[in-house]
Amino acid sequence: MKNHDIKFTLNGEQVALSVEPSDVLLDVLRGRLGIKSPKVGCDRGDCGTCTVLLNGKTIRSCLALAVEADGTEIVTLEGANTTRKWTQKLQKKFHEKNAFQCGFCAPGVILSATELLEKNPKASKHDIKEAIAGNLCRCTGYEPIVEAIEETVKGK
Amino acid sequence: MDLQKLKTKPRKAARTAPAADGLKVVGKSVLRVDGWEKIKGAAQYTDDLQFGPGLLYAALVESPHAHARIKSLDTSAAEKLGGVVKVVTGRNFTQKFGLYMNDRYVFATDIVRFVGEQVAAVVATDPKIALRGAALVKVEYEELPAVMDPVKALEKDSPLVHPDLGTYSHVPWFFPKPGTNIAHWRKIRKGDLEKGFKEADLVLEDTYYVPRYAHCAIETHSAIGLYDASGRLTMWTSSQSPFTQRHVFAETLKSFGLSHKDVRVISTYIGGGFGGKAGVTMEIIAAALAIAVPGRPIKLLWNRAQEFYNTYQRLGVTAKIKMGVTKAGKITALDFKLHWDAGAYVEYGANVVNAAGLSASGPYRVDNISVDSMCTYTNLPPCGAYRGFGYSEFLFGLESHITRMATQLGLDPVEFRKKNAIKEGDILPYGAHMNPNGIREAIEKVEKEIKWGVKEKSKDPRKAIGKALVCFWKSPAMPPNASSSAFLKFNEDGSVNILVSGMEIGQGLLTVMAQVAGEVLALPVTKIRVETPDTDRNPYEWQTVGSHVTWGCGNAVKRAALEARERIFDLVQRVHCLDKSTLYLEDECVRCRTKPDFSLPFRDFVINGIQADDHTFKGGPIMGSGVFMPEFASAIGDPETGQGGHPNVHYTTGSAGIILEVDRETGKMKIKKVALAVDCGKAINPDLVKGQVVGGLLQGFATVLYEDMRYNEKGRLLNPNFSDYKIPTVMDMPEVVVPIIIEVPQPDGPFGARGVGEHTMIPCAPLIANAVADALGVRIKSMPVTKEKVALAAKAARK
Repeated sequence: MKNHDIKFTLNGEQVALSVEPSDVLLDVLRGRLGIKSPKVGCDRGDCGTCTVLLNGKTIRSCLALAVEADGTEIVTLEGANTTRKWTQKLQKKFHEKNAFQCGFCAPGVILSATELLEKNPKASKHDIKEAIAGNLCRCTGYEPIVEAIEETVKGK
Repeated sequence: MDLQKLKTKPRKAARTAPAADGLKVVGKSVLRVDGWEKIKGAAQYTDDLQFGPGLLYAALVESPHAHARIKSLDTSAAEKLGGVVKVVTGRNFTQKFGLYMNDRYVFATDIVRFVGEQVAAVVATDPKIALRGAALVKVEYEELPAVMDPVKALEKDSPLVHPDLGTYSHVPWFFPKPGTNIAHWRKIRKGDLEKGFKEADLVLEDTYYVPRYAHCAIETHSAIGLYDASGRLTMWTSSQSPFTQRHVFAETLKSFGLSHKDVRVISTYIGGGFGGKAGVTMEIIAAALAIAVPGRPIKLLWNRAQEFYNTYQRLGVTAKIKMGVTKAGKITALDFKLHWDAGAYVEYGANVVNAAGLSASGPYRVDNISVDSMCTYTNLPPCGAYRGFGYSEFLFGLESHITRMATQLGLDPVEFRKKNAIKEGDILPYGAHMNPNGIREAIEKVEKEIKWGVKEKSKDPRKAIGKALVCFWKSPAMPPNASSSAFLKFNEDGSVNILVSGMEIGQGLLTVMAQVAGEVLALPVTKIRVETPDTDRNPYEWQTVGSHVTWGCGNAVKRAALEARERIFDLVQRVHCLDKSTLYLEDECVRCRTKPDFSLPFRDFVINGIQADDHTFKGGPIMGSGVFMPEFASAIGDPETGQGGHPNVHYTTGSAGIILEVDRETGKMKIKKVALAVDCGKAINPDLVKGQVVGGLLQGFATVLYEDMRYNEKGRLLNPNFSDYKIPTVMDMPEVVVPIIIEVPQPDGPFGARGVGEHTMIPCAPLIANAVADALGVRIKSMPVTKEKVALAAKAARK
């Protein structure tokens, strides 16, 4: 099958590359563009560790084809680290509250929380749980994650 | 250079000497040293490492049968596919490997023993090509009768999973029975069982069933191997056990000329372990492929399904308990038979069976006890270590049974537990003595936290509220000579690098090691760097398992720090003529009790020495090394009674309580409150201990409420993914979790610490089962205790 030429913005920089129609966005980000914060966890949209922002909304990059990224703006934690105000606030609280252990799910969780707080800076505990319900964490029991996001909302 | 300026001038002391026992770094909830890189997405896991365009990828050909003979294997079509570099099979590698029992094959050679077992691997330039190549390998099988149940596996006419069991090498504390499916039989015989049952006023006998479970670390296993022209094998692995892996690689592949010095294992951060990344599983395949295709790095990355069926699973168990109790509530006898389903290969799983057998009394004093913990081969995937190492499994039956017996005798189940709870100095089932412990304090604190004795009513009439309190214990399961070691080096600015091979698996080991060294050397953790290991550079650690590294590796780090401190004191004594017994470290300086003005900052001398009055320099780089081995331990006891050795170094004990709301109609359960008190000896970082409590509890509750591995009659796992094997999301959090830290010091622990990682998951299953019984009066004796089971049992009870 014919390759497709695609262009998109990745963490503020223009990217142009040729992909196979079956190439998965996560594999292209990790394997060809050196973006490693989105992880491979389940390859079927169950775990959320491959979460990235596409046009400001979280998607599972393991379920997106690379061709679907054509013409979009993609932000991963590598970019959100320096450009998204809420990401930085969240990270500070995540550190203080030990809202991670092995760290493998953290990039996905932080991006899901970033999306939530960008839309709704006064998110309730229920909103927070809804927002990260698609991100599996096997270490923390979630409690410190919810607390870290709640405290970010309260600006503590 | 102005030599006078170089001369070290002791500075004025800022403060007076601290109190002798005033800890400044240990016992504080300092922030994690691995925090920023993890939450910025910069922490590297094995699959994140970059190897350039030369990297090759492997895909596997796997057995579709639970038990079959390989009649023919044709790799020719795969070899012809463009991009395929090599196809590797059991013809190339006939070696067996194993941690405690040498029974597992690198590739199946003649027989396949479980669905998913590796038969061949295709190495290609691209992952997609490797998968296409694997599909082109033709294998013809002759199906053989298979056995899926550990009790049926003991029947005389059962198929044998390993007819050659008698020829397998194993550790001396295993007792396989060749000609049967019994890979190991741990027996404990203490006291007089018959007399014990005669003394009892109530004898209750029943069977409890626990299925298999999966770890479900979010990161799957991955390994990259490179065998280079110098004869060196480098492995990058996602591992809890870099040194144990090095040993297994070197031993298994020694016919290729490898010795331990030639094998190097580099372990990055790992995305969750829980025992699943202990020992060696798929990594041996990557190592073999590297040998088969020298000169190029080869990556093997497990997909989620492979993570379920071809690493380790938690063992299933059928537990038969017969217990005798007096009217006054004393346990007089316990006869415990544990039939473990350990799967097709038990190289690690047999030690789970051993550990559980040694400790199946639970944290209670039982003078008359008989335990038969039997490790049985089946044609299901191999089982091995999983957080709790057999204790969660036997505790479900034991703690359910205890509550039932207390209730039947009209005794308070909590008072019953207090009465029988083990004390320091009590004789353990294998004859050694119990260590100091705070189990009574734990029970009392949990009892108060859940308001035991106060019956609560739900606001919703359709729902009932039940309470339960259970106890737990666990010891590290390790060979008696499992050791830890540490190197510690000062830098010019007074900062320190510590090299250990204990693994950061999320629990916070790097932070805790920095705290241990920081306490001895009067340094904040921000001045200390500890990283994940490379076996070429870092000193030996057995494995990061069994909740033992805070204790074992912590002892090694403490000794390394003490050695460095001793060198500092020796040097200062020699140059400044101060008696070394008057010296102490404070605020990154050397100070003197008899000379308050003396204060010598580390940065002034730890590399370049101290200048003496004659302008020469004395000293040199300050370093320390530390080694720890539990020299009192021994695994050798009488095979028929288990008496005589000292196989367990110590136990961490505790208690947990729950307030559970149960819907009478639907069986749906909501955890209103759970409290867990654990005696960790000394919480080196209290927040990290609490993290273990909160996280471990949810992982434990998941095994009772949601998770369940389902196999079909042909031995195929039906739910190897997160859609069908449900692990908890944030929606499944208990409403309130109360972690309680008890600190009865462990005499040989660093600052009194003992481990806590696994214990927090162990009490969950009997907590739920006992609380359901308290709420609805129905007893569920098989895990998981799903809402469906509860609803059906409640319905049956109403009739």
